Amino acid sequence: MTSLPETTNRKLGLVIDLDTCVGCHACVISCKGWNTENYGAPLADLDAYGAEPEGTFFNRVHSFEVARDAAPPMVVHFPKSCLHCDDAPCVTVCPTGASYKRAEDGIVLVNEDACIGCGLCAWACPYGAREMDGAERVMKKCTLCVDRIYNDNLPEEDREPACVRTCPAGARHFGDLADPGSAVSRLVAERGGMDLMPEQGTKPVNKYLPPRGRDTLAVPDLASRCDPAPEAATGFLGWLDRALERL
Amino acid sequence: MHPAPSLILFTVLSGAGFGLLVWLGLGLRAPTGGVAFVLFGLGYGLAGAGLMASAFHLGHPERALLAFTQWRSSWLSREAVLAAATLAAMAPHAAASTFAATALPVFGWLGAVLALATILATAMIYTQIRAVPRWHHWSTPPVFLLAALAGGALLAGQRTLALALLAGLAAAMVAHWAFGDRRFAQAGSDMGTATGLGGLGRVRLLEPPHSGRNYLLREMVHVVGRKHAHKLRLIALVLGALLPALLLLLSAGYVAITLALVLHIAGLLAQRWLFFAEAEHVVGLYYGQR
Repeated sequence: MTSLPETTNRKLGLVIDLDTCVGCHACVISCKGWNTENYGAPLADLDAYGAEPEGTFFNRVHSFEVARDAAPPMVVHFPKSCLHCDDAPCVTVCPTGASYKRAEDGIVLVNEDACIGCGLCAWACPYGAREMDGAERVMKKCTLCVDRIYNDNLPEEDREPACVRTCPAGARHFGDLADPGSAVSRLVAERGGMDLMPEQGTKPVNKYLPPRGRDTLAVPDLASRCDPAPEAATGFLGWLDRALERL
Repeated sequence: MHPAPSLILFTVLSGAGFGLLVWLGLGLRAPTGGVAFVLFGLGYGLAGAGLMASAFHLGHPERALLAFTQWRSSWLSREAVLAAATLAAMAPHAAASTFAATALPVFGWLGAVLALATILATAMIYTQIRAVPRWHHWSTPPVFLLAALAGGALLAGQRTLALALLAGLAAAMVAHWAFGDRRFAQAGSDMGTATGLGGLGRVRLLEPPHSGRNYLLREMVHVVGRKHAHKLRLIALVLGALLPALLLLLSAGYVAITLALVLHIAGLLAQRWLFFAEAEHVVGLYYGQR
C-alpha cells in the first residue's frame, strides 16, 4: 500500500504558467469550494469570524519578487499545491497505508478512514502540500479533483480539476504528463517547464512554466529629461514671478 | 519544527526504557525476585509510558492498530512493530527472572536485539526526512542510540558502562550540532530552487498566501526559542552527559547514580526540545522563513 508503484500508466498532473498567473486566488477559492462539498471530509475553517481565522486549503498562492541585476524587479504569482510526485516521500512514511499513489494515473491520495493523523507525511513533503484538518484531525491534500475528472455526471468541459476550470487567466493546465504528445507535455517542452526543488529528489509530476523574458525597449533616459526645477526666470517674467511671490 | 511535548517525552522516556531492556536482556545485570520486578517494571513502564505519550500526538488514536501494517515501507510502522515485539519477546525472560529466579537468555538476547532495533527505528523516523536537512544525516541515529543506552545503563546501575556511554553521547551530540549547522546549506534548497525562479535573480517573498497562521507554519516553521539555541546546547551537554559522568567518577553510591540519572533526563529533555526547535523544514522557504 504505502510502497510506491514501480511505474504509473499515466501521470495526471498540472502545468502552471507563472507567466500568465495574475494572482487572483480564484483557484484557491474554487478548490476550497469543490473539495469542501465533495470527496472526503470538508476543509475546515477555524475561528472564521474571530480574531485569528485560519483554515485548511489544498492550494495557496504566494507572490514573490525577483530582483534582477540589469532589469526592473519582476513580480511572480506562484500557486502551490500537491505536485503528485513520482517519488513521493509522503507516501512511504505513512504507517497505516492511508497514503497511496495510484498505479493507474499517478494521483497521490489519502484514505481518510485509515489516517491516524500522525502528521509524518506532512513533515516528509518538502512543498507543504499536506495540511492536517483542524476539525477532522485527518490529513488533507489535493486529490487532483479525482471526483470530477472521471465523473460522467458532469458535462465534459467540467471534467478537469476545479482550479483549472476556474482560472480566468488560463494559467493552469491539466493532462497526462506521461504522454509526450499531450497538450501539457508539449507546453512543458516548448516553454522549458521546470520541477520545484529538484534537489529534494521527489520527481514532481506537476511542472511550472517560467516567466517569459520581458521586453526590453530602447527607451532613452526619460527621467533626466523631466526637469522638475526649471531655472529661475529672468527679465520681465522674472520680475513678474518675484512680484507675484511677494503678494 | 514544532517541539511537541508528547514527542519529546516519548523519545526520552521510551528511549531510556528500551535502553534498560537492552542491558537486562543481555544479562549485564541479572536481577531476580523483587529487584527484577522493579527493574523490568521500570523498563516496561518507561517504554509503555512513552508509547502512550506518543499516542497523544495522534489525531485519531483509536485507529492506532493500523500503524502495525506498513512495516515494509514505513519507519514509523517498523517502530510500532518492533516495540511490541520487544515487549513480547522479553516477557518470558522478565517473568522467569522475577518469579522463578531463572534467567532465560534466549528470550533476553532476542528482546535486547529487538529493543536496540526499536531505538534505531525511532531515530530513523527523523533521519529519513530529507525535507529537514538537519535530521537527514548519519549523525542523528547515534544521538538517539547512545542517549537510550546511557539512560538504560544509569537505570541498571552500571557505572563503568554508563560512564563510557555518557562520553559517547557527549561526542555524538556535539557532532550532530556541528554537522547540523551546515546541513541546510548543503541540502542546496533555497528560495530560488523552491520557486524555480533562482535563475532569474534574487527571490524574496512579496506577499504571503494568507495573512493568518496555518498548519504548515505552526508545525514546520517554528522559529521561537532558536535564539537560545547556544545556551540550550550547553545545558543539554552539561546536564545530559558531562555532569552525570562527573558524578559517577566521584562516587559509586546509589545516591550519585540516581542524581546522575535525574540530571541526564533533564539534559536530554533540553536536547530533544532543541532537536525539534532547531530543525528547519524547507517548506519555510515558500514563506521567506526558515
